[in-house]
Amino acid sequence: MNATAQIAQSPVSVSIGALIERCRSEIATHADRLNGLDCAIGDGDHGTNMLRGFDALLAERELLNALPIDETLVEAGRILVMTIGGASGPLYGTLLIELGRALGSGVVNNEFSSAFQQAVDAVAKRGKSKGGDKTLLDVLYPVADLLDEQHDIEGLPGMAFAFAESTVPLQAMRGRASFLGERSIGHMDPGAASCALLIAAVCRALNEGCRA
Amino acid sequence: MSAATNNVGIVIVSHSPLIARGAADMVRQMVGDSVPLAWCGGNPAGGLGTDMAAILQAIEDAWSDAGVAIFVDLGGAETNSEMAVEAIGAPRSALIAICNAPIVEGAVMAAAEASGGASLARVVATAEELSPS
Repeated sequence: MNATAQIAQSPVSVSIGALIERCRSEIATHADRLNGLDCAIGDGDHGTNMLRGFDALLAERELLNALPIDETLVEAGRILVMTIGGASGPLYGTLLIELGRALGSGVVNNEFSSAFQQAVDAVAKRGKSKGGDKTLLDVLYPVADLLDEQHDIEGLPGMAFAFAESTVPLQAMRGRASFLGERSIGHMDPGAASCALLIAAVCRALNEGCRA
Repeated sequence: MSAATNNVGIVIVSHSPLIARGAADMVRQMVGDSVPLAWCGGNPAGGLGTDMAAILQAIEDAWSDAGVAIFVDLGGAETNSEMAVEAIGAPRSALIAICNAPIVEGAVMAAAEASGGASLARVVATAEELSPS
């Protein structure tokens, strides 16, 4: 099944609570590695900040589970903004809030990919950034393209990790890593890394949910 | 209503509570209590970082009908301040400006300008003259 159709039918196959647990667990497992990546080219707290955000989502999973999907996304985005405490809060928060708004404003199921694209554009605007700047956008934009092409969901996690890997040779143009100039080259962007982890966790959960 | 509420308010947002408080102390030394002033620093867990809820509170604490000028240090302080301004929403959001200026010098110069009753646009312009264009 293609990813867009699968995501569109996800509310019936995977609970939001289970999705949150999967994402939180993925971040918890990799928090030290994300801190390490951030230590190399930033302030070293990306894993800790993301975990604080996903701990907060986990604490609210019953509430989030009870809402319609668009409201769930908006509320989850607000929680991330309030709890992450770094630039990642507004970026991931904007992604979820705008995705929720796009889905809530009447985008039909088979247009999930256009809602996702809209949300990624909003993240770019929030970060005053673009693809190629060595940010999470270097994962989000190509993933949005794959969704648009109705790519198989089974293949998305591997592709997402490859996109994160592709930030290694880039020079950072936004965020603290940009202060390092050319010295930012040779390191994976921590935001791209967490973004790939989360996309992979969501895709795997949806895939297993649909098979169940 | 105190006289201070007629002047533009100043908000200082740093990743470090020590920097935010220190900058606020320097503003107070310059202008006393003639401008509404609030600061916040640190993430929700108390470490270095920024906290949107604390920024929202600081804007409320420094609110003036003449407007509020926000001074930030690094990326997250700016993006979280933008989220806070959007959360406050129209019409009040139109009276809040996030200044492109160095946090300490910007806040002190803006406060000096504000203490004379200058408009928000004038206060922001004064602070932003410090930044290379």
